[in-house]
Amino acid sequence: MSGIDFDIAHLLAGSLVLVSFLELYQDRLYSLLNIYAAHALVLAASVAWQAFIQDAPHLYITAAIALVFKAIVIPVTLHRIIVRLGIHREIENVVGVGITMLAGIGLVALSMVVMLRVTREADPLAREDLAFALAVVLLGLLMMVTRRNAVSQVVGFMSLENGLVLAATGAKGMPLVVEISVAFSILIAFIVIGIFLFRIRERFDTVDVQALDRFRGERR
Amino acid sequence: MTFEGVTVNPLIGVLVVPAVAAALSAVLPDYRATARLNVLATTLTLICAVALLFAKPQPRSYLLIDDLNGTFIVLTTFVGFTTSIFSASYIGHELDIGRLTPSSVRFYHAMYQVLMFAMNLALVANNIGLMWVAIELATLTTVLMVGIYRTHEALEAAWKYFILGSVGIALALFGTILVYMAARPVVGEGLDAMVWSVLVTRAGAFDPALLDVAFVFLLLGYGTKVGLAPLHAWLPDAHAEGPTPISAVLSGLLLNVALYALLRFKMLLAANAAALTPGPLMVTLGLLSLVFASFMLYRRRDIKRMFAYSSIEHMGIITFAFGIGGPIANFAGLLHMTVHSLTKSAIFFAVGHVAQVKGTQRIADMGGLTVTHPVLGWGLILGVAAIAGFPPLGIFMSEFLVVSSAFAREPLLAIILVFGILVGVAGLFLQLNSIAFGEPRGPSAKPQASYVPMFIHLALVLVAGVYMPPVLVVWFQNVAGLLG
Repeated sequence: MSGIDFDIAHLLAGSLVLVSFLELYQDRLYSLLNIYAAHALVLAASVAWQAFIQDAPHLYITAAIALVFKAIVIPVTLHRIIVRLGIHREIENVVGVGITMLAGIGLVALSMVVMLRVTREADPLAREDLAFALAVVLLGLLMMVTRRNAVSQVVGFMSLENGLVLAATGAKGMPLVVEISVAFSILIAFIVIGIFLFRIRERFDTVDVQALDRFRGERR
Repeated sequence: MTFEGVTVNPLIGVLVVPAVAAALSAVLPDYRATARLNVLATTLTLICAVALLFAKPQPRSYLLIDDLNGTFIVLTTFVGFTTSIFSASYIGHELDIGRLTPSSVRFYHAMYQVLMFAMNLALVANNIGLMWVAIELATLTTVLMVGIYRTHEALEAAWKYFILGSVGIALALFGTILVYMAARPVVGEGLDAMVWSVLVTRAGAFDPALLDVAFVFLLLGYGTKVGLAPLHAWLPDAHAEGPTPISAVLSGLLLNVALYALLRFKMLLAANAAALTPGPLMVTLGLLSLVFASFMLYRRRDIKRMFAYSSIEHMGIITFAFGIGGPIANFAGLLHMTVHSLTKSAIFFAVGHVAQVKGTQRIADMGGLTVTHPVLGWGLILGVAAIAGFPPLGIFMSEFLVVSSAFAREPLLAIILVFGILVGVAGLFLQLNSIAFGEPRGPSAKPQASYVPMFIHLALVLVAGVYMPPVLVVWFQNVAGLLG
């Protein structure tokens, strides 16, 4: 593999981790959704580059899904939903921004240590990709636990899923990648439809998950 | 199977029948007929599943039948069949009192069949990616069914299940990708590197470090779906708020399917000498779930929530048994899984009718059940006695085997195991006492119930405890040997 191929793949995967960090401290839903769109855009570029250097044309489908569905359709839909639910106000973090960022740095370090150590024999590109992908997955999880708002939890889940797609495309020649990315898109569509159709706002008067906790069967 | 020259492949049957039935249920104009269609479809699927045990088709790159998943498929389709009978009377009552609308009944039956399809697909899948997709599909359908009543509690339970389940399957996918990465240098690029039957024969040459990390992700991911503590948070809510037939299928079947996925990967790791032994991890999570859930049985106010914790407890015991490993513990684990599925779904059948006649799931509002509804009350008592492990019922046998094999191998762990089981038994009986005996409380409407499924299950559990047919013993021993 020539140096420039590797460098560009590396750059794109690394950018994905950086955009994940950007998501962590967004305290408005509107800007959070914009950053998520950027996240999906970087993913699409990264997958397309992998498709090019691996000479795997089917991966272009995955890239196209990321570009059209995740970078355009989902953010636009969610923008409309939050406007209709009237919640484009500030979002509260459970933990402070500083602590969240520190935890995020710790998680990235952890994923580097774990993945680089166990993949010594894999080819360097797949290695780096997996390490970055795990970092994106863990940052997505971190976002899901630090946010209380249902919409930002979903954004956390979607960026986690972007990390998985990155890992799947980095694993050269992996079958079913396209199918899996389609399956995930369906899952995400379900979640978004769920927010809207279940009318969490209407039922609970809020999408703040902490408020949902009051309805738990245990505390009746 | 051949009928006058027309070959019916039972393997295709267990997949196509539910898929077709799901499509039919969605479009059938007469919504009351969908319940009968549901029963018919599960009957056909059960027949196909039993035929599958004799047909034994060769493994292909997507589908595989061996003795291990044959056991799971027969159990799944059988409980699916009896639950569909129970579901018909349960859903009929829900329609009468107006909790469900005709369109949601149609949706419910379509989803029921999609769930059966997804679970069968997960069980017969020979491709670890396909298995993952099937388990995702099963999760999605149960999420939709848990939220079907559209109440605050049901929606919150569905949302929580959805988010936790999604995180679980996301982690499982990462683990699956890592398994592919480990297999690629040995098996080569492409489809073969995800085919389980290929992987298990070549696993000895895989990079052990990569397999270890993969298993941790798979354990956390599929373990969420098994309901292992501390990843169980979705389970009590989902059981308590969904329709009772779904609680029965969740506890009796879906948890098993997720456990099956874990067992497949455990076999993969066992084939690699240098990889970590999954046993201790599974033993730890199993014991943690058992002890935690046993204590949670006390002071539950919702009857379905209480039995949901009981399911966590028993999944803990089963995971513990498979974690200990070896022929006897594996045998005990398989037996325990089978009798737990039968007993727990029988209990949920009883609980479903109890909740319907009393009009509530609150334990405080029901009492003296043996006086007002003797058949239902004694059925529930029998079910709880079975789940608590009273001799001569089947769970006594399997728990005895688990405990004795644990004492033989790990005496210290066995003490924790026995402690957890005893705490659980006491908790269940304290609660049962106030439900079944004492002053009758709450309304005493006549149930319109079908007791047949409940008593079939309980009779089978009794038979399993008293006399195991030698064929079955040999079969289970064989499967236990496969599990290593």
